[in-house]
Amino acid sequence: MSVEIAELEAKRGVPNLGFGEELTGAETLLRCLILEGVEYVFGYPGGAVLPIYDSLYYSHLKHVLTRHEQGAIHAADGYARATGKPGVVMATSGPGATNLVTGIATAQMDSVPLVCITGNVPQSLVGTDAFQEANITGITLPITKHSYFVRDVRDLPRIVKEAFYIATTGRPGPVLIDIPKDVSNAKAPFYYPETVKIRGYQDTLVPQDEEVEAFLAAIRKAKKPVILAGGGVISAGADRELLAFAEKTRIPVINTFMGLGGFPGTHELALGMPGMHGSYTANQALLQADCVIGLGARFDDRITMGRTKEFAPNARIVHVDIDPAELGKNVETAVTVAGDVKSTLQKVLPLAQACDTEAWIGQLKEWQQAYPFKYRKGAELKPQEVIEMLFETTQGDAIVTTDVGQHQMWVAQFYKFKHARSLISSGGLGTMGFGFPAAIGAQVAHPDRTVIAVVGDGGFQMTNQELAILNQYKLPVKVAIINNQCLGMVRQWQEVFYDNRYSQIDLTCSPDFVKLAEAYGVKGLRATTSEEAKAVWAEALAYDGPVVIDFRVAPEENVWPMVAPGHTLDQMVMGDE
Amino acid sequence: MQRHTIAILVNDCPGVLTRVANLFGQRGFNIDSITVGSSEEAGLSRMIITTSGDDQKIDQLMKQLNKLIDVISVTNLSKNPYVSRELALIKVNATPSQLVELNSIVEPFRATIVDVGPASLIIQVTGDSEKIDALLVLLQSYGILELTRTGSMAMARSVVPAAAMAN
Repeated sequence: MSVEIAELEAKRGVPNLGFGEELTGAETLLRCLILEGVEYVFGYPGGAVLPIYDSLYYSHLKHVLTRHEQGAIHAADGYARATGKPGVVMATSGPGATNLVTGIATAQMDSVPLVCITGNVPQSLVGTDAFQEANITGITLPITKHSYFVRDVRDLPRIVKEAFYIATTGRPGPVLIDIPKDVSNAKAPFYYPETVKIRGYQDTLVPQDEEVEAFLAAIRKAKKPVILAGGGVISAGADRELLAFAEKTRIPVINTFMGLGGFPGTHELALGMPGMHGSYTANQALLQADCVIGLGARFDDRITMGRTKEFAPNARIVHVDIDPAELGKNVETAVTVAGDVKSTLQKVLPLAQACDTEAWIGQLKEWQQAYPFKYRKGAELKPQEVIEMLFETTQGDAIVTTDVGQHQMWVAQFYKFKHARSLISSGGLGTMGFGFPAAIGAQVAHPDRTVIAVVGDGGFQMTNQELAILNQYKLPVKVAIINNQCLGMVRQWQEVFYDNRYSQIDLTCSPDFVKLAEAYGVKGLRATTSEEAKAVWAEALAYDGPVVIDFRVAPEENVWPMVAPGHTLDQMVMGDE
Repeated sequence: MQRHTIAILVNDCPGVLTRVANLFGQRGFNIDSITVGSSEEAGLSRMIITTSGDDQKIDQLMKQLNKLIDVISVTNLSKNPYVSRELALIKVNATPSQLVELNSIVEPFRATIVDVGPASLIIQVTGDSEKIDALLVLLQSYGILELTRTGSMAMARSVVPAAAMAN
């Protein structure tokens, strides 16, 4: 171990990481982070974390100072989703910690590995309603995979080691470490455990042979099988295995929203996204399939529409998931495989044979041709054509982050993701304000890739203060605002379900986004027509720096098709085209 | 909706009760009773929780409990024969003159009178929940001034080998 430490020290140019040295809790924490391979910390200082930030002053860790703790945690989340490595965020006690809450819940819902470090008031003041005191472990209890309140500096290395292990193994998720100020200041001889032993913890599961056999038996005779590939494919790093499995078995692939990019959207076997705003073909495939193979997908209510009994009514469902609690949770399954998608497919692949699916694929292709995602071009700039343009100009190779709402669904429909970890969006919690800071994290991780934050004019205003850091950290994020001057998805629901009573959706008094960008020293551009859109986007792509583009789009455009909640997938409303 | 008795072996550490109780609430379950105490192993506590729900929902609850880091194991005792006991202390509105009469009531329940005061006395009873319920009904007419129950403690019965049962 000491040799490894020495190597690490040498590699990072950090002098003296040796064991036994008396260090403060703050110094210990930072050394533990370095030993975990952490490169970036996203955060915001304050009273209770002053000892940690004081140690950071001399540390080789890179810190990104956002303008709000929510920005920091979404950036850490974007970093984690873009890399597969755990994101690390740091905030002070009380309001600093509570500002992380939305970000923690976002990561928990989408199974993103985060380690969230908060300071707290000294233990002598805990429980006294001290200045900036909040019981953050209590507040975040239901939205973390696990959490720690550090009582003794000597426990800190073990806790950090466990936190990273828990965040990144099994079904990933956020882990919170709350460190009171007296622990940050207290000294102890430094050590770092080599291994983690957590009794009763289910880490990454490898499927049993019987499960693999049952999986194979289920697909062997299927005539109309379909794969439903979810976010678990991406978090397991199983995109190549999925491609090989689909091609070998000739089984077409539906990607859930969280799964987009896990299978190339341009592939002949790709059917796109199912569910509420999914493609006709994907939904028909689920309705008619005789076998649905769920891979790291959780059959949530945006796909089953809550009608779990009628979901895929003709199919035997095979469900592979790393989290045993997901198996049988929402839909009745014929075969369950408790295991991560990668190791499952690695076991299945050599034994799987091609299915007789040519007639089925022919049918699916007919539907794809007859019912593609479509929209009507007109005098006004249409949001869908902006997304199509983003796709065509980047050939599906960009990292695209989104907020939540109509633009998010149009990205899912019209941007054909070719690579895993290239769509970064809050799928489960549906967090507005996520997209832009997440793009910052993705750009930090991939400074040379094109990172586009597709946001609405609503969501962008929830976290747009982070424009301030684009120049500070030289992050050439392209922010594409799909600006319909209203809360588009709410407007759509009010039109469809509330008889056109448009209640509190008017965003016409938003700032001039071009001037706002310029105020932050960021290039600002605007487009109101298709021609302008092409021209400014070309300018934005060619520009070596951050750009905000205000795409003024038709305000009354709706996302079609649509299945209303509580309806089954055969009750698709195709829209006005 | 069936009643279930669930045994949960947990790390004996701060916050573990909150984590378990919170999970019940988060997943929409009511805790009917809960007992917590030390287990056969130092550092581990055993919780016995009684709750209601259909089998599929309870299965889901147990899987979610299993995911808590501080939970070591989860067992649904109701699936197999098990022993269940509860302790109750019952303060009854009675005077020492009624002692003999009350003794004759509690004796068949193997309950004991553990405190006698001028205007009330305390009865201690152990047994399964139904037995305690039955005693409470009998004591109702005196007036129950105060009642405290531990909730069920439970343990799976030893498995009798099939061969022994055949004999």
